[in-house]
Amino acid sequence: MNARRRNLLQAGSGMTLLSMLAAAGWLQPNTALAADAWNAAAFDTKSMDDTLKALGGGTPAQSKAITFVQTPDIAENGAVVPIGITSTIPNTESIAILIEKNPNTLTAIFDIPPGTEPSISTRVKMGQSSNVYALVKADGKYYVAAKEIKVTLGGCGG
Amino acid sequence: MADPMRIRANVVGDSTEVKVLMNHEMETGQRKDAQGKTVPAWFIQSVTATHNGKTVLSAQWGPAVAKNPFLSFRFRGGAKGEKVQITWTDNRGDKRTDEATIA
Repeated sequence: MNARRRNLLQAGSGMTLLSMLAAAGWLQPNTALAADAWNAAAFDTKSMDDTLKALGGGTPAQSKAITFVQTPDIAENGAVVPIGITSTIPNTESIAILIEKNPNTLTAIFDIPPGTEPSISTRVKMGQSSNVYALVKADGKYYVAAKEIKVTLGGCGG
Repeated sequence: MADPMRIRANVVGDSTEVKVLMNHEMETGQRKDAQGKTVPAWFIQSVTATHNGKTVLSAQWGPAVAKNPFLSFRFRGGAKGEKVQITWTDNRGDKRTDEATIA
């Protein structure tokens, strides 16, 4: 018996099994977990550029199809700032809220499945007056719109 | 266990408008208490809304979402009497699911 030949054969069949599993979609931990997992890397970022990098956004295009609704120009209380974002870009897949001058830029990501209108509203905290960005992913491309909100009383720290 | 959410779901035209008010501290991890110790972060990380077993919205949140978070969105379809379920999970692993009937 040729021991080396046996080993080679074993290694060979092992490889085939692995690639078969991968082909069948069983070995895709990233995509399987991503649905549930919290994007810690992106939420840790502290500047616009880092956040965009972590989200894989590159340089998003400015878009007038993203509008802020029910969002104040001046927020009296930074602890509760209503933000509403509506996108009219077809095939909007997700909407993210980024606040430039908060300790962590990324505030929230909303995944919009087909059948849900790309329009969400929520309330956020703002440490100080800052630009707020709405980052929309549609058809794999990123679009952004900005709005400056002045805060008279900060909501972070204190 | 955390306090229940308040969920309202209404049919508006051919879509359903869902408004949710959750009860959660949403501690940022930036604040300090009277002794100068940092209050540990405690916030909702993920929110999922389902209707008839189909996910109609999923979200990931950071600590900068306001205390007792409010969320509103619309999805197409949905009829009176059907249920909408909302689930959140916070960074301590705590979970809560509540459901409301579409009116």
